Amino acid sequence: MSDNDNIIVDTTTRLLQDLCTPSIVNDAEEGKWPTVLWNALEEAGLPLTWVSDELGGAGAEISDGFAVLKVAGSFAVPVPLAETLMAGMLLAKAGMNVPQGPMSIAPVQPGATIGLQGGVLKGTTRFVPFARSVKHLVVLADGNVCLVAAGDCSMSHGISLAGEPRDDVSFDGVKPLDVAPAGEVSADFVQQLGATVRSVQMAGALQRILDQSVEYAMERVQFGRPIGKFQAVQHNLAELAGEVAAAGAAADAAAEVVADPSIDADRRAAEVATAKVRVGEAAGKGAAIAHQAHGAMGFTYEHSLHHSTRRLWSWRDEFGNEAVWAGRLGRLVAARGADNLWPFITGE
Amino acid sequence: MADGKFRFPAVELGPEATELRREVRAFLAEELRTGGFKPIADSWTAGMSPEFSRKLGARGWLGMMWPKKYGGHERTALDRYVVTEELLTAGAPVAMHWIADRQSGPLLLRFGTEKQREEILPRIARGECYFAIGMSEPDSGSDLASLRTAAKKVDGGWVVNGRKIWSSGAHLCHYMITLVRTAPKEDGGRHDGLSQFLIDLKSPGVSIRPIKNIAGDSHFNETVFDEVSVPDEMVVGKIGDGWRQVVSELAYERSGPERFLSTFVVMREGLREIGADADARSDEAFGRLAARLKTLRRMSLGVGSLLQQGQSPVTEAALVKDIGTRYEREVLEEMRRLLPARPLGQSPDPYGSVLRDGILYVPSATIRGGTNEVLKGIVARELGLR
Repeated sequence: MSDNDNIIVDTTTRLLQDLCTPSIVNDAEEGKWPTVLWNALEEAGLPLTWVSDELGGAGAEISDGFAVLKVAGSFAVPVPLAETLMAGMLLAKAGMNVPQGPMSIAPVQPGATIGLQGGVLKGTTRFVPFARSVKHLVVLADGNVCLVAAGDCSMSHGISLAGEPRDDVSFDGVKPLDVAPAGEVSADFVQQLGATVRSVQMAGALQRILDQSVEYAMERVQFGRPIGKFQAVQHNLAELAGEVAAAGAAADAAAEVVADPSIDADRRAAEVATAKVRVGEAAGKGAAIAHQAHGAMGFTYEHSLHHSTRRLWSWRDEFGNEAVWAGRLGRLVAARGADNLWPFITGE
Repeated sequence: MADGKFRFPAVELGPEATELRREVRAFLAEELRTGGFKPIADSWTAGMSPEFSRKLGARGWLGMMWPKKYGGHERTALDRYVVTEELLTAGAPVAMHWIADRQSGPLLLRFGTEKQREEILPRIARGECYFAIGMSEPDSGSDLASLRTAAKKVDGGWVVNGRKIWSSGAHLCHYMITLVRTAPKEDGGRHDGLSQFLIDLKSPGVSIRPIKNIAGDSHFNETVFDEVSVPDEMVVGKIGDGWRQVVSELAYERSGPERFLSTFVVMREGLREIGADADARSDEAFGRLAARLKTLRRMSLGVGSLLQQGQSPVTEAALVKDIGTRYEREVLEEMRRLLPARPLGQSPDPYGSVLRDGILYVPSATIRGGTNEVLKGIVARELGLR
């Protein structure tokens, strides 16, 4: 964390406390765009944290952006803040000017590709986050970063487990507004960045459901005492605390290295894979424990627990689930062999 | 809001630690080449070798953080962390000195008399003096404060009667730091009236009976104290301060990498065994274990750096030990699922042998040094639930 992080975390927390209330999150799921929230985020410069000021952004540290995303994850922010951050980074890495307004990126599915021939895009890709809500899409196509007007694309709407837009987008015949060679931005890099971003968001959401569960367990009285006084409940919540701590550690480790090209490629791959596997596991276990602690109340739409738990279930499957990343990490392990297992773990 | 109350600071190991790691690895490779040891699971309780401990002492890898005037080397907690993790993952026989180096020495450094420090710490740092833990009793395990071993005051010292149990290596150790009741319970709270004595295990009236474990080994014991005289100069710290002292001892006991690395050699030999037969299923299994291991190590290093800063990260250590010991078990289960079954009783092959030991030793992982139930209670208290 840079010294700036605490200021940015405080600013973001205050802003979201005021403007990202449970009813705003519910309204967003009904399709009502939270204009006030988005404008406030933009005014604070948060969506373009990862873009230098020459290219139109806030020019902050990578760690600042991840600190913002952890807070945003804890508030279930129902706008494409993470996606705009990522889109801004891809444009900036390709040296392109970055527009204002919400953005998203494509493709997001492991192995999916989009073509670019004669200045025109070709291909359809699935589950693009918030595609219908954004002004621009940043598309990786045939080794180029392309800035595309979302309105130029045809879409078929879908929604995630969390009720957020995940749309199928057809780019056939669309002419990008701007194109530049991708350079260090590869499809693998987009997957790594996305996996890290989702891990950091999940770490924030996990912290939130721990706080909510502890609070609820001390309020809810059964058999004449708060349920948090029962050892069985205490042990479940202690386990949740362990998962939260592990998720935070794993997500931080990936966030420190993912966007730093000076770090060895295998080490970056290992840290990102570790994060997506470990945080994904924590998301599953943690959401289950939080719901158990909340009883039937947490199963109602009225209670806000689902704002976090449904996002955890959605995010753990995006940019590769635990099985995908464990397979990749295990391949790195197997390729090095038994005598290099420990050096691989320590990174030296 | 987004950052919780549990702190696991990121640690950057410097070039000195890298050089130290290189030295330890070179030493271990040479020892393996010349038959100095055979890698085993749970080597920090099962691998007792005074000869190996003396070799580590000669290289300056015991008492690493202690002042030079007590035979120490004034290195950092993270330097010590690097040495211990390399020894553990090699499956090296470090059990003989483990308790003395990990907790008894630091306890004497903190609470002992000048004479105790001068006489004992240099011998520990040379790998020549070994300690047993004197906490649990036949009727007092998780509920340590209910212990009954008692001392009565006599002229010039104390007379101890009672028994301690589960003390690893007591039959080979020189001393036991023994938690005893020196004032009756009714005089205060149950944590009052306890004191720690440094008891020479060769003293008249001490008898040590081996207890065979389910692996067939006898390295833990029951130690009986029958009218054992302990001179005043062998009191550790202050009479009546035993509980506070033992809690600080437990912070050392719980915080190290041995709480998740006890079965590492099984994972390594399992990977060797699979070798070229690795497939998508084994990749996923090893990837999952590697992700857990890397995360535990990062958390554990964070605990190490808090210790280095002089803090007492009791809850963080409890969290790592709870998750870490469950991971140790998961390694064994995952290897079993990946590799064909085999008779394990007297397995001559390295994988079969470490898997056997791992399976037979792992039940103790979630019990020793505080059961996982006790640890979860510590976490729950920190969460505000108790």
